[in-house]
Amino acid sequence: MSRINDVGGMSGFPPIAEEPDEPPFHADWEAHVLALNGALIRRGVYNLDEFRDAIERMPPEEYLAASYYERWFTAITALLVAKGVATADELDSPHG
Amino acid sequence: MSGDHTSSAVSARVRSVEAFLESRGLLDDGEIDRRIDEFLAGGSPVNGARIAARAWVDPGFAERLLADANSAIRELGLTMAGGLQEQRLKVVANTVDEHNVVVCTLCSCYPIALLGPSPGWYKSEAYRSRVVRDPRGVLREFGVELPDRTRISVWDASAESRYMVVPRRPAGTEDLPEEQLAGLVTRKGLIGTAVV
Repeated sequence: MSRINDVGGMSGFPPIAEEPDEPPFHADWEAHVLALNGALIRRGVYNLDEFRDAIERMPPEEYLAASYYERWFTAITALLVAKGVATADELDSPHG
Repeated sequence: MSGDHTSSAVSARVRSVEAFLESRGLLDDGEIDRRIDEFLAGGSPVNGARIAARAWVDPGFAERLLADANSAIRELGLTMAGGLQEQRLKVVANTVDEHNVVVCTLCSCYPIALLGPSPGWYKSEAYRSRVVRDPRGVLREFGVELPDRTRISVWDASAESRYMVVPRRPAGTEDLPEEQLAGLVTRKGLIGTAVV
């Protein structure tokens, strides 16, 4: 059974939109999400395959509605809970 | 973009999770900023362009590159081992008869060490879904019109394997030095969505 990320050959997507002079990140938080993921993988909190899997098992409607780095952040927070690093409540309450 | 409501809500949530992880000792002070700097400094299409230009001027290198890219790029001081794990690299070269184009249908696998951060369109469902079904049509959207007799090969990257294209050397560049040749090569050329 394929999951929603497996879009190769799927019909219905629009023409490809190129963004001229596109920056690597469109907002600071995107860069933070990328760095956060690298830090947690290097610390062994989870591994790269678990991270990919966490993105791929997002519900299809959430996956399609999310931006690239929103998917990453969804996967990171899901793994923090799954690994017992934090509870969902702890991640939802404001820190810092 | 960063000013819209959704983005500022996500931004606050990311900061909060970072603060939580710092309080638990899972992030060091300044670690995030350091990693961002490393990422931005880590790769650039200049690297891929150097590889392509060397392959154009040095047939021996081109042969080694197509046979075992991970080893060959070390001759230029480049490596695919700088990230979280060493990634297998396969380099494919365009010819009169064959044009190559790279995608990651499942997500966004990409040789960041050689091309820098990937463009948004590479990660889009539109590109990922369509280039494997209708590569000729997609290439046309990028302004690449190939003769009917040119075969198109689409390479689907994965977590372990990355791909890069060596474009065809443009006509009339026989006298250009290697460095100037590298200057002709674009990121899209190295992905296969441009001619060079």
